[in-house]
Amino acid sequence: MVTRHSFDHGLDDLHLDLIKMGSLVEESIDNTIQALKKQDVEMARQVFLNDDVIDDLEQQIEKKCMNLIARQQPLAKDLRTISTALKIITDMERIADHSADIAELTIRMANVKYIKPLIDIPKMAELAKQMVNKSIDAYVRQDIILAQEVCASDDDVDDLFNKIVLELVNIMKNDSEAVEQAIDFMFIAKYLERMADHATNIGEWVVFNVTGEHDHLARLFHKEGRQDFPHVK
Amino acid sequence: MTDGKLKIKTDNLNLFYSDIQALKNVTVDIREREVTALIGPSGCGKSTFIKTLNRMNDLVSSVRITGDVYLDDLNIYREYDIVDLRKRVGMVFQKPNPFPMSIYDNVAYGPRIHGVKSKSQLNEIVEESLKSAALWDEVKDRLKQNALGLSGGQQQRLCIARVLAVEPEVVLMDEPTSALDPISTLKIEDLIDELKEKYTIVIVTHNMQQAGRISDRTAFFLHGEVVEFDFTENIFSKPSDKRTEDYITGRFG
Repeated sequence: MVTRHSFDHGLDDLHLDLIKMGSLVEESIDNTIQALKKQDVEMARQVFLNDDVIDDLEQQIEKKCMNLIARQQPLAKDLRTISTALKIITDMERIADHSADIAELTIRMANVKYIKPLIDIPKMAELAKQMVNKSIDAYVRQDIILAQEVCASDDDVDDLFNKIVLELVNIMKNDSEAVEQAIDFMFIAKYLERMADHATNIGEWVVFNVTGEHDHLARLFHKEGRQDFPHVK
Repeated sequence: MTDGKLKIKTDNLNLFYSDIQALKNVTVDIREREVTALIGPSGCGKSTFIKTLNRMNDLVSSVRITGDVYLDDLNIYREYDIVDLRKRVGMVFQKPNPFPMSIYDNVAYGPRIHGVKSKSQLNEIVEESLKSAALWDEVKDRLKQNALGLSGGQQQRLCIARVLAVEPEVVLMDEPTSALDPISTLKIEDLIDELKEKYTIVIVTHNMQQAGRISDRTAFFLHGEVVEFDFTENIFSKPSDKRTEDYITGRFG
């Protein structure tokens, strides 16, 4: 006879909430990049509204975790699962915040022609979204290989970020009129780069949940000798 | 969580053992199909309180009670036949106390007293009660064996089945797992979680964690008073009274 049905039910419920939050976060990245590409103010506003939904869900999940800790005295794997949930909802919430940050800049730039065609930023967004998607999949399947893959991908996003920064700096050097928008794009690139960092964190917490060891895996996967920031000549 | 229908209400209940006051102005609302846990240190009045809910204290000659206890709006100290009351409000005790007779007869005992004679009806009641108490699969092939041969955890589930056999509305449990090992305890806890779909349950427990795990609301008793009565998640995550906080965090005294 298996015991503690009520606790297991609570953990299943938590699991479903995390999946729901993850899919909302992925949707927010998709929508914010679509809005940026199409200069669609209405869509950008929708990203804002959805951010409130994600914030509320974070609070609900947090409350459920606290409740499970207070009432069920979780230990071992159960304790790690609930701790992991508490940590990854913060990362997911931050990712959604960055989607909203990008949406805010999209609204600001809605009525002006972009200084450059958007190629690398959507590419970066796609990579970041895939990382978020995989990190949540890794959580759902408790798949540490997939989680490690996410952490390893962080370098690709960082490389794209550096490339974009370099390009924007060159634009600014050649055209002082473009400075304002170039800075906005630089922020957007930075937000995307942070999204990938948060996905990496989620991957690390998945590994912790399965193994009990919490390492900064992104560091382990860092390419040797890579520069953290481009030198502009 | 929303408030369910009120099942039991105590209003300014005071209880004295001769000159000693064991309960002081206890006013508590117990909701239908919820698990209400009563916690507090030894001597705080929680067991005394639970016994007032089916008038078990009537058996103690020195007891004097003032105030009211209502079951579905009827005052149980004035308007109830005590046999009918104890049929509607059953009780499970700390130590499993099966009668020295067969498993079958233990469960059939109550229905027989209440006039059920048909063999097929009794068979049905015994089977249903044992299933509800999550014991049927373990005993169905030895119903005629003596109940004293069961393990402690099985005996306690048998006692629960015996209570369920008379179709009560409320089940009172006075530390039902304190004599059981951890696995048997968890089985009873799971059972309580299932039973609350049909029954209103009031449980006294020394084990605070158990109250946290199984109850919807918790009352903290101290020196015969209810210090705090709230949803269990509130009691265990943000109690409003410092004495509750001290007790549940082990800083009491």
